[in-house]
Amino acid sequence: MNPTMAGKPRLYYFNGRGRMESIRWLLAAAGVEFEEVFLETRQQYEKLLNDGFLLFQQVPMVEIDGMRLVETRAILSYIAAKHNLYGRDIKERAIIDMYVEGTIDLMAIIRVHFKLSPKEKEENLKLIIERATKRYFPVYEKVLKDHGQHFLLGTQFTWADVQLIEAILMTEEKEPDILSEFPSLQAFKARICEIPTIKKFLQPGSQRKPPPDEKLLQTANRVFNRK
Amino acid sequence: MSEKPKLTYFNGRGRMESIRWLLAAAGVEFEEEFVDTKEQYEKLCKDGSLLFDQLPLVEMDGMKLVQTRAILNYIAGKYNLHGKNLKDRARIDMYVEGTMDIFQMILMYPFTPPEQKEKQAVKIIGKITERYFPVYEKDLKKHGQDFLVGNSVSYADVQLLEAIFATEEIKPDVLEQFPQLQGFKARISNIPTIKKFLQPGSQKKPPADATYVATVLKILKIE
Repeated sequence: MNPTMAGKPRLYYFNGRGRMESIRWLLAAAGVEFEEVFLETRQQYEKLLNDGFLLFQQVPMVEIDGMRLVETRAILSYIAAKHNLYGRDIKERAIIDMYVEGTIDLMAIIRVHFKLSPKEKEENLKLIIERATKRYFPVYEKVLKDHGQHFLLGTQFTWADVQLIEAILMTEEKEPDILSEFPSLQAFKARICEIPTIKKFLQPGSQRKPPPDEKLLQTANRVFNRK
Repeated sequence: MSEKPKLTYFNGRGRMESIRWLLAAAGVEFEEEFVDTKEQYEKLCKDGSLLFDQLPLVEMDGMKLVQTRAILNYIAGKYNLHGKNLKDRARIDMYVEGTMDIFQMILMYPFTPPEQKEKQAVKIIGKITERYFPVYEKDLKKHGQDFLVGNSVSYADVQLLEAIFATEEIKPDVLEQFPQLQGFKARISNIPTIKKFLQPGSQKKPPADATYVATVLKILKIE
């Protein structure tokens, strides 16, 4: 199977959110159609390894423009730059990178939640709420409030906005009232969800994946031979 | 206002070391402010210098940059160390994420409880020699060029050299099975700016010791 040159990007991952979800969001926001290959068995994974398709033996992997890209940030940066969602110069890129890293850190705490024991889940939920409401959301709230524009970088829609909407929705799944102290973020959420490509992605039948469950955990453990 | 970048961090490697390496490799002089007390750190948080209340902080070109990758990307972009086109940049980014995974393991190593250190060292070296070093070894052999990407020095080369040195500190003969990496190490170490950084008296920091570990734990209030 050759990486497609002119065709659609092809995403290799589990049939679930994990680290690939931000990539799905960004492609969708950019209006890029993509295909998906879901890892279900150990054999599939070993074939990818033996064929040398996974640079560091890990997924996500995305076949795009003749390349087999791995490493979530490398993939996201490529897509963002290619589709003019990465700012107009290196200073804007730095601001986007900072905002993105904040959302990545917050989502990383949420991403592991479903794997935890009930007691650990209790503690983790407290951490999610604390980080969201004390460290991350106040930053984005202030940015938006200070300039009063539609997007984090002002009038320009960028990768940072896509990451932030994903992070907001993900946090709301854990705590529905999480935006109660953040009126600018509430307005941001409403605005971003109306963007046609994003509105489409949020509708049933899109390639957006549901929250992770026990079945996904079992699949991942099976594929990676974990106990 | 000083034109030199100003780095604010603990007086040790941690997450700032890759930034010191990259600035040095680019021939950029920089100043440093060391955070030794909780009070200093809390002051930085209160005065709004730290976007997410975290270090590293690099003040340069009128910006207060935080988040290691954002800082490294900015420096790499500014000094033409991030590839000539998007595809080269993607390749550099992939290699860098690999070295960052190495650094993440090595970063945490000094904080490992003493009784677990030996076991942890074996685990880290195993991962590095099975998953990461073979990739760089293979790619260097395949294209036979001096540098990892695009036949010119990049941010990926600087990170890989830094990773090699850090790994050798844990296991001095780790490059025994990696002839390409041995050649790479010699070549990149000889780049004048890097050669200078490798000499005593530079701003390169020593490996973490007990004092450094204690300082970080105290300031970040980690149990």
